[in-house]
Amino acid sequence: MSESKVNFYPKEPLIALVGNPNSGKTSLFNLLTGGKQKVANYAGVTVERKEGKLFLSGEKFVRILDLPGVYSLYPRSLDERITCNVLAGRAEGEKKPDLVLCVLDATNLRRNLRLVLAVKRMGLPCIVVLNMIDLAKKRGIEINVARLSEELELPVVTSIGVKTRGDDNLRQMFSNMDFSKQGLKALQANVELDSTPRVEADNQIVQGILKRLDLDKIILDPLSDRLDKFLLHPILGPFLLMVILFLVFQAVFSWAAFPMELIKDATEWVGDLIGELLPEGWVRSLIVNGVIAGAGGVIVFLPQILILFFFILVLEESGYLPRAAYLLDRLMGSVGLSGRSFIPLLSSFACAIPGIMATRTISNTRDRIVTILIAPLMTCSARLPVYSLLIAAFIPDKNLGMGVGLQGFVLFILYLSGIVGALVIAWILKRFTGNKSQVHPLLMELPEYHLPGFKNILIGLWQRVLIFLNRVGGTLMALTIGLWFLASYPAAPLGATRPAIEYSFAGMLGKLLAKVFEPIGFNWEISIALIPGMAAREVIVSSLSTVYALSSNAQQDSEALIPIISHQWSLATALSLLAWFVFAPQCLSTIAAVKRETGGYKIPLIMLSYLFALAYLASFITYRIALMWGMG
Amino acid sequence: MNLDQATNGQILRVKRIHSLPQSTELIHQLEDIGFIPGEQVSVLRRNILGGDPMMIRVGTSTFALRKNEAALVEVEPL
Repeated sequence: MSESKVNFYPKEPLIALVGNPNSGKTSLFNLLTGGKQKVANYAGVTVERKEGKLFLSGEKFVRILDLPGVYSLYPRSLDERITCNVLAGRAEGEKKPDLVLCVLDATNLRRNLRLVLAVKRMGLPCIVVLNMIDLAKKRGIEINVARLSEELELPVVTSIGVKTRGDDNLRQMFSNMDFSKQGLKALQANVELDSTPRVEADNQIVQGILKRLDLDKIILDPLSDRLDKFLLHPILGPFLLMVILFLVFQAVFSWAAFPMELIKDATEWVGDLIGELLPEGWVRSLIVNGVIAGAGGVIVFLPQILILFFFILVLEESGYLPRAAYLLDRLMGSVGLSGRSFIPLLSSFACAIPGIMATRTISNTRDRIVTILIAPLMTCSARLPVYSLLIAAFIPDKNLGMGVGLQGFVLFILYLSGIVGALVIAWILKRFTGNKSQVHPLLMELPEYHLPGFKNILIGLWQRVLIFLNRVGGTLMALTIGLWFLASYPAAPLGATRPAIEYSFAGMLGKLLAKVFEPIGFNWEISIALIPGMAAREVIVSSLSTVYALSSNAQQDSEALIPIISHQWSLATALSLLAWFVFAPQCLSTIAAVKRETGGYKIPLIMLSYLFALAYLASFITYRIALMWGMG
Repeated sequence: MNLDQATNGQILRVKRIHSLPQSTELIHQLEDIGFIPGEQVSVLRRNILGGDPMMIRVGTSTFALRKNEAALVEVEPL
C-alpha cells in the first residue's frame, strides 16, 4: 500500500514562469519580485528553485515561481524534467501552478513559439509574455500583438525584463485579473490535452503563424555578429580570453586584499574584546578560538568570492561565458570534458565549494562527477597564505630578469602544477570511465550579447553570498569547534614544558601521523599542524605558530615564524610541503559540499583517497629529488 | 551532405536528421533547439583547433555544436 501524502500549500495563486533559456525569464522574474526571493532546491535534486512574491495591491500578493529554462516540454535533462513535472503537477512538494507565464524572446519567435503550443496542450491557464520587446522593435521586428493573441488563442502582453517598470503591462493585467478557479479557466486554451512531443507538426503551425503576421524573415542582431568577429576570431579570440581571465584574477587577488585585511583585523579585535570580557577558561577558549576564529575564517574569503562572482555574473549576463566555453571546448575535450566544465573550474580558484555547486549546469553525470573530482586541484585562495609563508621563508627573493621575481615564479609554478594535475587526472579518468561510443553533447546556445543589468547582477551576487554563508558557514563552524576540542583536550599537565597542543588529542594524532609523513620529510610539528588545517587551509599557519609555542594569538606571527622554520626545516622539507599543498586532500567543508552535491559518501571518499595518494606521491618525489640535489 | 561538411557561410536547409539508434536522445535535443526539416542553417565559424566545435546558426538562433553532432544533420543547398 502506498502512503498518500497530503500537502498544504499557501492559498495565494502560484504563477510559474516558463521559457526558453536566454529568453530573459530570470530578469523578468527579478523585476516582478524585486530582491525578495527564496532560493532553495527542488525536493531530492540539485536544481535551484526560485520563488518570489509579487505584490498587487496592499497586502494582496501572488507567488511567482521561476522554472528552469527549457527548449521543449519533453523531459531530457534534469532541469527539463523539473519544469515538466511542476507543470504537470507531479513534482514532489510542489503545487500545480494556477497560471503559467510563457516568456518568449520577442527577437526569436521562430524558436520560442513552439514552447507555447506545448504549454497549451498541458491544459494550464496561460499568458504569453513577449519579452525583450524593445530589442525586437529596434531591429525592425514589428509584432502585431492583437493578431498574435488571436492566432494563439491566449492573452499576449509585452515586457522589457531589463528595464525598470518594464513589467508594467503584466502588473496591470494581474491587478485586474480574477484569480478564482472560474476566472483562470478563461485563460485555458481549448485544445486536446497531450504531452507527446510533436516537433514537426508544431513547427508547421509556428511557421504558419509567422507567415500570416509577416514575421517569417530571419532578422539577426548585427552587433553580436560583429563582436564575434573579434571575440571568437581564431587567434585573437583565445588571446582575448586569456587577457580577460588574467584581469579577473588580478582583480580577485588585488582588490580583495584590503577588505580581507580589514576582516582579519576585525575578527582579531572582536576576539580580543570578548577575550577580555570573559574569565579565563574553556568557555573563553571555545568562543575566541573556536567560534570567532571559525566565523572569521569563513568570512575572510567573502571579498574574493564576491569579486569572482561579480565577474562571472557580468560575463554570463553579457553572453560571453558560453563563448569562452566554446573557445575552450576542444582543449577540455582532449581530456574528456566539455567547455561546460570551465565555469566551475574557474570558480574553484576562489574556493572549491562554489565551484562544486556550479557543476549543476553540467547535464552529463560523468562529466559532472569528474569536474567535481578535479575542482579541488585548482588552487583555492585558502592555500595562498600557506604558499606565502613557505615561499617567504625558503625561496630567495631573486630577480630572474624582465621584472619577474623568483618568488612570484614559484607561485606561478604552484598554480600551474594544480591545473596540469587536474588535466592529467581528467585524462586518466577518461581512459577508465569514458565510454568511447558515447557522445557527450555540447549543444550550447551562444545567445546574443546584452549589456548586463546592474540590478540582476546585484540580486545574483546577494543570492550567492547567502548560499555560501548558509551552507558553508554552518559546516565550517561545526568543524572548527570540533578541531578546537581536539587541539585543546586533554589539557597539558601541570608544569608542562612543551606547548599544550602536544599533549592534546591532536598532538597524539600528529605524533602518530609523523610516522606516515616521515618518508616525505615532514617532522611531527608539521604533522600536528596538518590536523587543524583540515578545517581551513590557512589555519596551518596559525597552528604552526602554536606548535612552535610562539603565542596563542597567532595571526600576526607569520613573520615571526619565518626565521624559525627557515632555520629548522630543510629546503627539501619545505618544497615537499609546497607539493603537498598543491594536491592535498581538501578542507572538510569541501568534502561536505561534495557529499551534499553527489548525494552519498562514495564520491567524497574517492576524492579524499585519490588526493591523499596524489599529494603523498608528489611530496615523496619532490622530497627525494631535493635530497638528491643536496637540499637536505 | 551533412552539416559538418558544409563550408562556412554557405546558406543551407535542414533536410533531415540521421537516426542512429545509439543517439536518439541527441536527435531529439537537436530537434528541440530548432534543427527541423526545412529550417535555414549555416556554419558561422569553426574553432581553430581541428575545426571543432562549430558555431552554427539555425533559424534565428546560434549554437555551438561538436563536429559529430553536426554530422547528424543532413542538409541541402537552399
